[in-house]
Amino acid sequence: MNWLVQNLGLVGELLLVHLALSVPAIILSFVIAIPIGYLAHRQRWARGVLLTLCGVLYAIPSLALFIALPAITGFGIRSPLNLVVALTLYGIAVMVRTAADAFDAVSPDTRLAATAMGYSAAGRFWAVELPLAGPVLLAGLRVVIVSTVSLVTVGAVIGVQSLGSLFTDGFQRGIVAEIVTGIVATMVLALVLDALSVLAGRLLLPWARRAAPGRRSSSQAAPIEAGEPA
Amino acid sequence: MIEFRGVTKQYPDGTVAVGGVDLVVPPRTTTVLVGTSGSGKTTLLRMINRMVDPTDGAVLIDGTDVATVDPVRLRRSIGYVMQNSGLLPHRTVLDNVMTVPLLKGTRRQTARARAMELLETVGLDASLAQKYPAQLSGGQQQRVGVARGLAADPNILLMDEPFGAVDPLVRQELQQELRRLQRELGKTVVFVTHDIDEAFLLGDQVVLLRTGGRVVQSGEPAEFLASPADDFVSGFVGADRGRRRLRLEEVGGRRVVVDEDGRPAGVLEP
Ligand SMILES: Nc1ncnc2c1ncn2[C@@H]1O[C@H](COP(=O)(O)OP(=O)(O)OP(=O)(O)O)[C@@H](O)[C@H]1O
Ligand SMILES: [Mg+2]
Repeated sequence: MNWLVQNLGLVGELLLVHLALSVPAIILSFVIAIPIGYLAHRQRWARGVLLTLCGVLYAIPSLALFIALPAITGFGIRSPLNLVVALTLYGIAVMVRTAADAFDAVSPDTRLAATAMGYSAAGRFWAVELPLAGPVLLAGLRVVIVSTVSLVTVGAVIGVQSLGSLFTDGFQRGIVAEIVTGIVATMVLALVLDALSVLAGRLLLPWARRAAPGRRSSSQAAPIEAGEPA
Repeated sequence: MIEFRGVTKQYPDGTVAVGGVDLVVPPRTTTVLVGTSGSGKTTLLRMINRMVDPTDGAVLIDGTDVATVDPVRLRRSIGYVMQNSGLLPHRTVLDNVMTVPLLKGTRRQTARARAMELLETVGLDASLAQKYPAQLSGGQQQRVGVARGLAADPNILLMDEPFGAVDPLVRQELQQELRRLQRELGKTVVFVTHDIDEAFLLGDQVVLLRTGGRVVQSGEPAEFLASPADDFVSGFVGADRGRRRLRLEEVGGRRVVVDEDGRPAGVLEP
């Protein structure tokens, strides 16, 4: 506790750095994975290829990716950009399958009805398919949030500052309080971001809760007499 | 007027869903497509709004080949009601009904007022407007589906087994309401069902299809009983079964109609 009180400024600063590394990666992977997932959902041939690629990508050890990536991107190995790119790749790998599943979950009847009403393909995507994929996309986003926030710490090993630096530094100097602070702060950050995403989901997808199966209202069956026009 | 000219639809897998149909759907009347499962009713219906394009022949609306019309614009001008309502689950009842008018560029306020009016027309309480489809009963959802089909005031209304998934009592209610609506609105309705009683009740013209998408007989409902084209037709309309073979009996001075099994069907009006 003493250690934390004395180093509050440092922890706060690392928290912000950690946030600055994880949030762009989370947003980028979410936004990029959606069109890829949609393609996997629409094209049978693309699905197998894309999902396998994502599986392979996710299987690359993170430390190896952090070290190998600069050869492709041209960023320095200690550059935060290098880390953001790597984290985005992992996020995409996790998110694409969920995105494909999310679009699969939209009822074909609903899609058909949208087409029959006169939605263009693009209009149908934005107005019908994307919102209806929302609940499953949100579930995927939550996994990406937690895994990204936790992966950022690995960057400390190659010298990119984050809350992970508290573990590396704590190990080297034998300060247990510092290690514990790093772990707890990382978890709290992940939980807060997760909670924010759930809150955003509630605001953006109000129908998802009310439309839960088994909660049909049986009241107010319309009597036919009431249907006679005035 | 909708006209099918030698219309054929063969799916890529070789299935002939519709085989050379010639058919005229007169304006402001109800034409019912009836037939067994897989006889091409849905395919035929969807060729009107270009959800399906024929592999041969043409579909004309008021003399214009629909193949020359932009499908999105065409669909916005034709009402479509399907089984299981097809309502958008993420939109309230009101927003569902307003969908097509908004797509067509109607002002929000106008669309809203019209939608509220339509909900009343199809017999739904205004308090349901802000509910989500999943909060409604099956029958209520179908009513919303009908309101949505009518929202942009289309001349043509396509209905694909709209009452197929609701219980018999609700179905009867909905059928009667559709008759009332049709008397008031006079749309050109093309209605698909596999229930011959529903076809006879709603159809000014009934078109009986059989597997392979061929028209076996078309005409007014009574013609199917008076002069069935062949055994398939009499079998399908049940003319060869007891329920449609009625005779008169004298009971207490009134003439009672009974079917072949002796079950009373009604009294004969003097
Ligand atoms: N996309 C498709 N690809 C291949 N075959 C199809 C397709 N859609 C329909 N069919 C076939 O075309 C035939 C007619 O189908 P359609 O859906 O028009 O029949 P229907 O009369 O509406 O049947 P139901 O009463 O069961 O709804 C069926 O044999 C069906 O299997
Ligand atoms: Mg059908």
